[in-house]
Amino acid sequence: MKPMKPASRKTIKVGYLARVEGEGGIFIRVSNGQVREVKLRIFEPPRFFEAFLRGRMYTEAPDITARICGICPVAYQMSAVHAMEAALGVRVEGQLRALRRLLYCGEWIESHILHIYMLHAPDFLGYPDAIRMAQDYPDVVKRGLELKKIGNAIIALLGGREVHPINVRVGGFYRVPTRRELAPLAEQLKWARDAALETVRWTATLPYADFNRDYTFVALRHPAEYPFNEGRIVSNRGLDITSDEYEQHFSEEHVDYSNALHSTLRGSGAYFVGPMARYSLNFDQLSPLAQEAARAAGLGSVCRNPFQSIIVRAIETLYACDEALRIIEAYEQPDAPSVECVPRSGTGTACTEAPRGLLYHRYRLDETGQILDAKIVPPTSQNQKIIEEDLTSFVTQSIALPEDELTSRCEQTVRNYDPCISCATHFLRLQIERE
Amino acid sequence: MSEPPMDARVLLIGVGNPDRGDDAAGLAVARELASQTLPHVAIHESPGDGAALLSAWQGFDVVVLVDAMPPNGHAGRIHRVDAVAQPLPADLFANSTHTFGVAQGIELARALGMLPRTLIIYGIEGREFTIGSPMSAEVRGAILQVTMAILAELRRKTSP
Repeated sequence: MKPMKPASRKTIKVGYLARVEGEGGIFIRVSNGQVREVKLRIFEPPRFFEAFLRGRMYTEAPDITARICGICPVAYQMSAVHAMEAALGVRVEGQLRALRRLLYCGEWIESHILHIYMLHAPDFLGYPDAIRMAQDYPDVVKRGLELKKIGNAIIALLGGREVHPINVRVGGFYRVPTRRELAPLAEQLKWARDAALETVRWTATLPYADFNRDYTFVALRHPAEYPFNEGRIVSNRGLDITSDEYEQHFSEEHVDYSNALHSTLRGSGAYFVGPMARYSLNFDQLSPLAQEAARAAGLGSVCRNPFQSIIVRAIETLYACDEALRIIEAYEQPDAPSVECVPRSGTGTACTEAPRGLLYHRYRLDETGQILDAKIVPPTSQNQKIIEEDLTSFVTQSIALPEDELTSRCEQTVRNYDPCISCATHFLRLQIERE
Repeated sequence: MSEPPMDARVLLIGVGNPDRGDDAAGLAVARELASQTLPHVAIHESPGDGAALLSAWQGFDVVVLVDAMPPNGHAGRIHRVDAVAQPLPADLFANSTHTFGVAQGIELARALGMLPRTLIIYGIEGREFTIGSPMSAEVRGAILQVTMAILAELRRKTSP
């Protein structure tokens, strides 16, 4: 590893982005020991899809928005159907509501486990990637693969397909499972719950940077459950609003030094969505097993160290297994797979909790149910500003590290947020340049 | 994946994103092949989740995978790699530290001893990846070439 050049000007530049428009990635400029500039452009907002939805029928929104993200299509579908149902004055309750939570459990398990085992854990254990880690820890990685497969199995059963579920519709589903069809899933989930508990224990042993910030956390909060699809939008600084009020409190600003739009909370600035925000605002709603596992892992009811987000994802995975089993145990097949929807003009909004955090949708419909306009604000968009702030803090604190190590710690800092950089493409190139 | 034929020993995986121009190349080849009558072949479309590949190809002897490749000055160029014989060339599918893609999935399978007996990769170099853009002419031209090459290869591998 090269030692840092003393004083003077230094640039850390990581990565690239979709070769589609200009430069992207992480760019940090340090001069005389001070961080002068942090540019983060790792995410492309789904503007194409917002435009593409215009003129389509409300019934098409779940299928179109599912294509925005290959890793979290369920989240897009859930925000879409809830926003449409709000516009149409429809409520989905009872077993259909429970099935939606079950579907979301599947996505959380699949997404969190992929991140924990394949993307994040190698950072902590000093491996450049999961492949090298797998050579030394094959059983650990196989456990992760098996867990992920069970998350995918839930989505395949309820969604009709592992990727881009086709069974979700405004009002409910096209088809609902029988109790018998869910039974094999319950058996798999019992193993998954044990494996998830093992994952919490394992992630708790990983070495963590000492890094804490007083974040503004934003997440859904529901009086009776850990939030997936429903709840009020709250913060740890007194925010308490409905999704209809979202745009009055959250804005997207153009930032001079970056081409990306930055989400801010009016009067507050950067804010933090995702598992740590959910956890810190809803710890009391976790199942007893998940709460106990969190305490055993050394966490309190609030977590402010983003390097410990890997433990929080493991706890949420454990919760999702627990919740999935509870739903399946209590399941009674509903008489109808969906609630009737009658088109009418209006505007509907919804926020649901994607694996990466709050996902906001808004649609305006005409009297035939055709979409006049749409707005989608994904969690990774909302976290860009807070990631930049973390990078500024972290580099300032760690300025003495050798250059190579500092660069990989910066990547790890970004990975703490499990950013969905490649929402619409499946490959990216990573480049490191030094001035 | 739709129900494969009962005696399917071969899996064709088309990887891609239908909304990003040349990134749809793998899917286009999969759809061309799906329209043929291939009794021993199952067809699977994947968005590029590398970890999911390991379970997708469980139970199959022969796997052929098609995907777009990053631009390198020769849009439409076709690369064929025997992925069991050797590790993938570093530049075949660009890696990212923020996703777990095809190349990583394959190398993970190798590290865990979970590769299929035969794994052939066809890569089509792309040019246009802007979201919402159509496929470039060069890549469209390569789709048919790759389809024919795979058909010929599958006939050799599945003939009695």
